[in-house]
Amino acid sequence: MDKLFSGKFLFIGLVFTGLALYPLVASNYGLDLVAKIMIYAILAMSLELLVGSTGLICFGQAAFFGIGAYMAVMLSPESDSANLLWLLPAAILAAAAYALFVGALSLRTKGVYFIMVTLAFAQMAYYVVHDTKLGGGTDGIYLYFKPVLGSVIDLNDAKVFYFFTWVFLVWTFIFLAMLLRSHFGRVLAGIRINEQRMRASGFSTYPYKLAAFTTSGGIAGLAGFLFAVKDGFVNPEMMSWHLSGALLIMIILGGLGHLRGAIIGAFAFVFLQEFFKSSEIFGAFSKHWQLGLGFTIIACVALLPKGLVGLPEVLRKRLDGSRPRDAQVVLK
Amino acid sequence: MAETLLKGSDITQRWGGLVAVNKVSIEIERGSVHAVIGTNGAGKSTLINILSGEFPPTEGKIELLGKEATHWSQAKRARQGLGRSYQRNTIFPDFSVFENCRLAAQAQVQRPWVWWNDAQKCKQSVESANRALELAGLSEVKERFAGLLSHGQKRQLEIAMCLAIQPEVLLLDEPLAGMGAEETDRMLKLLDNLKAGHAILLVEHDMDAVFRIADRITVMVNGSVIASDTPEQIRVNPDVQTAYLGGH
Repeated sequence: MDKLFSGKFLFIGLVFTGLALYPLVASNYGLDLVAKIMIYAILAMSLELLVGSTGLICFGQAAFFGIGAYMAVMLSPESDSANLLWLLPAAILAAAAYALFVGALSLRTKGVYFIMVTLAFAQMAYYVVHDTKLGGGTDGIYLYFKPVLGSVIDLNDAKVFYFFTWVFLVWTFIFLAMLLRSHFGRVLAGIRINEQRMRASGFSTYPYKLAAFTTSGGIAGLAGFLFAVKDGFVNPEMMSWHLSGALLIMIILGGLGHLRGAIIGAFAFVFLQEFFKSSEIFGAFSKHWQLGLGFTIIACVALLPKGLVGLPEVLRKRLDGSRPRDAQVVLK
Repeated sequence: MAETLLKGSDITQRWGGLVAVNKVSIEIERGSVHAVIGTNGAGKSTLINILSGEFPPTEGKIELLGKEATHWSQAKRARQGLGRSYQRNTIFPDFSVFENCRLAAQAQVQRPWVWWNDAQKCKQSVESANRALELAGLSEVKERFAGLLSHGQKRQLEIAMCLAIQPEVLLLDEPLAGMGAEETDRMLKLLDNLKAGHAILLVEHDMDAVFRIADRITVMVNGSVIASDTPEQIRVNPDVQTAYLGGH
């Protein structure tokens, strides 16, 4: 058990170190791509807190992401850089506030109703920016001056932005890892498995779920802020249900119930997407990249029920000669 | 005069036209086991659900430790000292036996905002959990995954999780269900040990066990109480014999 534990941390430490060293060898394109993936990884971890850790399947995570992004752009002055020190907290708080509102209402429902209500609230936010002048309509808005922190941090520089994102990726991971082993996280795990029992033990579960939902929304807002600053641009597609769905696929692909699964899933998803979109490999077929992506994901989920996180275990069992299926039955 | 810890007065529960529980009054005292028996559908489980706060009764009043508790949530009742077990196992199979109890015990010392502290190092909940496991006789298997326990041990764990919240009142819904003779003996010994410090309400189908351990028995038929007395009196009560015991 201890060995496995340290193995997990060794793995994630190597990933973070690799990401920190990557700019030494990266092209501009690569730097931008990996920064984008790191942002998705933060976003996927925020969803993992709800889906994998608490058992709340939220189908509206894109709304909180989008609100963080729109806040970054709309609160910035038009002809000057905003100060990071207030812009970033403002974006996070705005997303968390919407999550508090959505959570307060949607957490009164359960199961498939919860999924649909979170989707409905996300679509509401989507149509507000899509159909009103508020957020520039379907065209979105540009952010001409990226936020700065005096002369210390200037996010106009791609490398500075990359490291800025890296710091938040590591921070989010450590924060959530500690949160999940704390009192709060253990209660969320209990709620996931048997909420009735938790109430009978003396936990008022609703405030716990609402706190998790709001925290998750805030972290999604952080990811949205980073995304808006990276591209200097926001549009309604950032709030569309396609993104919410893709995020669910990321965490399932990576392995539900594991924080690192969210990171692995984000990388795997975007790499697969880039791979199937590449016209050098697939020629004209690359137009139908979604087909290849879809089949690959189906195959992954079918062969690796525990996600990519479970891959070493499956391989070890194959190598040992025992059949993993049988082992699972015995465990149950 | 024994101390009454939980008191339900004129509790009625209607589901549409069906009266599941009809003006039931019940008192549970420290130092005694009060058993509720009755055929399937007599309203025993509904009664235990109302007393533990799963849902409010249509009518009636509940007092817990001398305080009016009719409108308290289930969680609040649990924090005030009311533990309940379920007829079906409600343990957390993926957690260790110890963590099952520690998590339950954590309800007494909730500090969710301390996100940087490891819950496993929370002294109070660790101590409560160890005490509960000791009482329930599960100390030896505490590192094992709860899902891997035998059926009897799972039922014991169910009780241990109740004890971990340091309750004064225990509502036990068929703790003996599906147990073998040896496991039943062990469980009855455990309940006997717990009796001194707790007020216990026991819903149970195993009549031999009920008559062995109960100090008082309430018999329910179709939602109403037809008799409530000592086991000796219940055994010879003609109404009970015709309605339930089948003349044995």
